[in-house]
Amino acid sequence: MDIPWDIILIQTVNGLVTGMILALVASGLTLIFGIMDVVNFAHGELFMLGAYAGVIVITATGSFWLALIAAVLFVALLGAALQITTLRPLLGRDPLNTILATFGLSLVLQNYALWQFGPVARKIQEPFTGQFTLFYLQYPWYRIVIAVLSAAIIAGLYLFLKYSRYGIWIRATTQDRVMAQAMGIPVPQVHTVVFAIGAGMAAASGVLFGPLVGVNHAMGLDWVLKAFIVVVVGGMGNLGGSILAAIFISLLEAYASIWVSPSQAIIVSSVVLILTLLFRPTGLFVPTPK
Amino acid sequence: MSAPQTSQPLVSVQGIHTYYGKSHILHGVSLDVGPGEVVGLLGRNGVGKSTTLKSIMGLVNPSEGTIAFQGQPITREPPHKVARIGIGYVPEDRRIFKLLTVMENLRTGLDRAGVTETRKRELLDKVFAFFPRLGERRNQAGGTLSGGEQQMLAISRAMMLEPKIILLDEPTEGLMPRMVSQIREIIGVLHGEGVAILLVEQNVPLTLDACKRIYFMEKGAVRHHANASELSVNDPVIHQYLGV
Repeated sequence: MDIPWDIILIQTVNGLVTGMILALVASGLTLIFGIMDVVNFAHGELFMLGAYAGVIVITATGSFWLALIAAVLFVALLGAALQITTLRPLLGRDPLNTILATFGLSLVLQNYALWQFGPVARKIQEPFTGQFTLFYLQYPWYRIVIAVLSAAIIAGLYLFLKYSRYGIWIRATTQDRVMAQAMGIPVPQVHTVVFAIGAGMAAASGVLFGPLVGVNHAMGLDWVLKAFIVVVVGGMGNLGGSILAAIFISLLEAYASIWVSPSQAIIVSSVVLILTLLFRPTGLFVPTPK
Repeated sequence: MSAPQTSQPLVSVQGIHTYYGKSHILHGVSLDVGPGEVVGLLGRNGVGKSTTLKSIMGLVNPSEGTIAFQGQPITREPPHKVARIGIGYVPEDRRIFKLLTVMENLRTGLDRAGVTETRKRELLDKVFAFFPRLGERRNQAGGTLSGGEQQMLAISRAMMLEPKIILLDEPTEGLMPRMVSQIREIIGVLHGEGVAILLVEQNVPLTLDACKRIYFMEKGAVRHHANASELSVNDPVIHQYLGV
């Protein structure tokens, strides 16, 4: 059997592009889990609301970039408000409480979107439509731009966590919430900020990905499911692990879809998930399981 | 407050009762620490010494009783506010942020509003002068330090808050004798700077040497109180409350 190098290269590019977007969704999710032990089932809806906010701003102003920024800010603020009203009172309770709360939020937001925007998918026009030739394909530049922008946002998050005062607060709180408080770190406020950052990143992915898929009320479901797989495979709460896992799983799926249909390729990520849970439950990309 | 400013205790704990779930740990603990005073808290394991410190810090909430700092009640304040008003906490298990570097551990206390860059530098220079090992290892992860170095870091980290009092929970536990004498020295340095200390210890000679007054706890309450100068290591009181 001949190895189809051209297809493999195309699928590598596709896998990397999807992987970066997925990493953007998953890093917010894993950041929130790491610091609050909250599994945010409403993350997909924040992604979806980001995309809708993008649609509204683009319709009003015609500017994709303005829409991106506005959607991030709007959803980050919304995320902060949701965290204060819904999750802050549940801090320290059994994780089941927060799972139910975020699941409830997810249903409310999804049905609100259905009621407000209707069942028909909206389209976000990509900011530019140029293409380049990749073998026999005309490959849209926009996909490359998405990958690069996602990487830039994640790099920005990394620098923020590494060097800023708030970043140190976030990492300290993630490691030891009690000692962080005893050092004067305003932990409830840190939780809210982290939730807002995660929400803003979900919104950014929603707007960036909007042009590739239709914007509808259920668009978050697929992504959040994949993001959950990534977060588990990368090690719950481990940011670097999530990013690697997002790229790894997206590449696997992209390669698998050379030989099977894309809908069957999703099986690959489920298999990786199950294998990880069986043999390496702390995550594939964690150096030493603790 | 009718009491004159000079006689007002820095920290005043009055009759606090603290529970962990259904277990009643503190049965009405009362104690005072004056400004700049080094006070010891002795007793066997499990009598509630650490819980007393955690209650002052706001890490556990007493169901009864009051805690005041400079005359202001802080009984229900969240721990981060308690830390910011000037109470430093060095827990028994040190609780270094293991994945943060030494420098980042210190920055958790240093990066506060109103601290100038010059002041930050002064505070850092002070702890690095006293604990040169920390200076050498400033970019190393906290988790890679030895037990003694972690203890130095835990104390230095609390000092970054420029506290008026430090709650020290068994700082010499598990340390080599050389480290123990270094801990004794730093208590002296802090005392010299006017920082009050509430010291929980098992090391009786060190406690009697470092402290002015000693409270003895038994079964979740303070049972006895004495000036350290009136006690000796083989005192019957020590035997009664510590069984050594």
